[in-house]
Amino acid sequence: MEELQLLEAVERYLSGEMTPEEVTNFEQLRKNDPSVDQMVVQHTMFLHQLTSFGENKSLKHNIQNIHQQLLQDGDIQEVQPKAKVVSFLKKYRKVLAAAASIAGIIALSISGLVAYLTPKRTVNEIEQLKRELYSVKVSQKQTQNEINSFKNGSFKPPATGFGGTGFLIDGRGYIVTSAHVVAKSDSVYVLSKDNYYKAAIVIADENTDIAILKIIDGRFQPYKNLPYSIHKGSSDLGESIFTLGFPRTEMVYNQGYLSAKTGYKGDSSAYQIAISANPGNSGGPIFNEAGEVIGVLSGKQTTAEGVVFSSKAKNIIKILEEAKKADSTNNIKLNYASSLKNMDRKQQVKKIEDCIFNVLSY
Amino acid sequence: MITDSNEKLLLEGLAKDDKTAIETIYKQNYNTIQAFILNNNGSVDDARDLFQEAIIVLYEKAKRGDFELSCQIKTYLYSVTRRLWLKRLQSQQRFSGEINHLAEVVPVEDELDRHNQKAQEFEMMEKALSSIGEPCKSLLEAYYLQKRNMEEIAGNFGYTNANNAKNQKYKCLMRLKKIFFAQYKNED
Repeated sequence: MEELQLLEAVERYLSGEMTPEEVTNFEQLRKNDPSVDQMVVQHTMFLHQLTSFGENKSLKHNIQNIHQQLLQDGDIQEVQPKAKVVSFLKKYRKVLAAAASIAGIIALSISGLVAYLTPKRTVNEIEQLKRELYSVKVSQKQTQNEINSFKNGSFKPPATGFGGTGFLIDGRGYIVTSAHVVAKSDSVYVLSKDNYYKAAIVIADENTDIAILKIIDGRFQPYKNLPYSIHKGSSDLGESIFTLGFPRTEMVYNQGYLSAKTGYKGDSSAYQIAISANPGNSGGPIFNEAGEVIGVLSGKQTTAEGVVFSSKAKNIIKILEEAKKADSTNNIKLNYASSLKNMDRKQQVKKIEDCIFNVLSY
Repeated sequence: MITDSNEKLLLEGLAKDDKTAIETIYKQNYNTIQAFILNNNGSVDDARDLFQEAIIVLYEKAKRGDFELSCQIKTYLYSVTRRLWLKRLQSQQRFSGEINHLAEVVPVEDELDRHNQKAQEFEMMEKALSSIGEPCKSLLEAYYLQKRNMEEIAGNFGYTNANNAKNQKYKCLMRLKKIFFAQYKNED
């Protein structure tokens, strides 16, 4: 019962219902008995909690009412996304029907033409097939030789065009590398720390030396999000940069700086960078200090010392935009917000390294 | 710093739970936020939930006397909704790595942490209130939430006088406090 009386006293004290005399007495009690003081503090906090709980509840209630009211008055609209699709179909039904029938007619006439023309050329085609098979055999032999020499320990770093580096730009398995790494290849594999996956070439652009691969292996687990981003803007002279790549079978880190805003013979789609690069570094990402990709390493000038070129990251964006125009099912999404800002280099590399792959093309 | 005095008035209104202020904020921002959520695989219900939560976050900020937003209300609400939506996607493992965004964002993480802490406490209070049973729950709500006076409450709840109602209220309050603080300590 005493507790109840104390609670009553605290409530009256806090709400100012006490007479001045009572207040003096109570404050004296509070001073002498720490447990009373504790109770006053605790109760103040509790009342505050209870009041803000009430305010929160009434606010929620009000907001909900306002929502309904505005909805009724038409000041806001709840647009159902599904409704859009239905109306789209309805709107273009005729156009779709026309397009479908034209496609049907063309398909029929082409298959007719093919059927009419093919028989005469059978002999020729078989010859061609033979030659193709032969060339496959040759490339297979070369591969076998490479593997053997590797086993014998006399393995030398693969020449550019055979092995390179690639990095994820979309966690679902899209990888950027150099176009020359995968040029003229008939199969591409990407190696991560302990796994290798089969990949397909989605786009290869020789002008900017950028290729986009997609991992088509069922064992690949998509990444939820990538730590780094693609830098849209241009970068400044002297900016410090770093790269990760596979000049050997182990991942190698290198750093340097941006030395010119154009590439070989004034190529404006590339940068010149000062970094030590070896065959196999091709296709590696060039990061700035904030962990944003500013370029893709493409090659070095053999006639000069320490001159390395990198395709600009803008090219990736441009290629994807063009690809999107040509084929709207292509929905690679780039990350524009780097989560590596203000981290020290060791941590940045640790976060990035899982997204870098060794690209092997045969 | 914000110079627009209209926005400041809106925030002051919001802090007082003023209907016109909330209505204005709602009208100016709802459709944009909804479009953003719908464009990023959300539903109309998601949009409504998140927008209302964002308003509560803004309210909590205004309530602390913080009327000086470093950005416009529009940007603030967008930033909060965007963060909440990312969190929800991540918790449902639906996050695809990139969110379509166009507008500017401001950092709101700290305030959202504070908001989550508060939401948890409110949940505890809700639980405690519903476990003390009737008539305690209604009695306490009438006095502490609806701020009605003791005479009126005594009449409504059928007590012979205000003093009786008061005694009953103290008993209920004690139980509520016990349950609430028991949970509170467990949470820590």
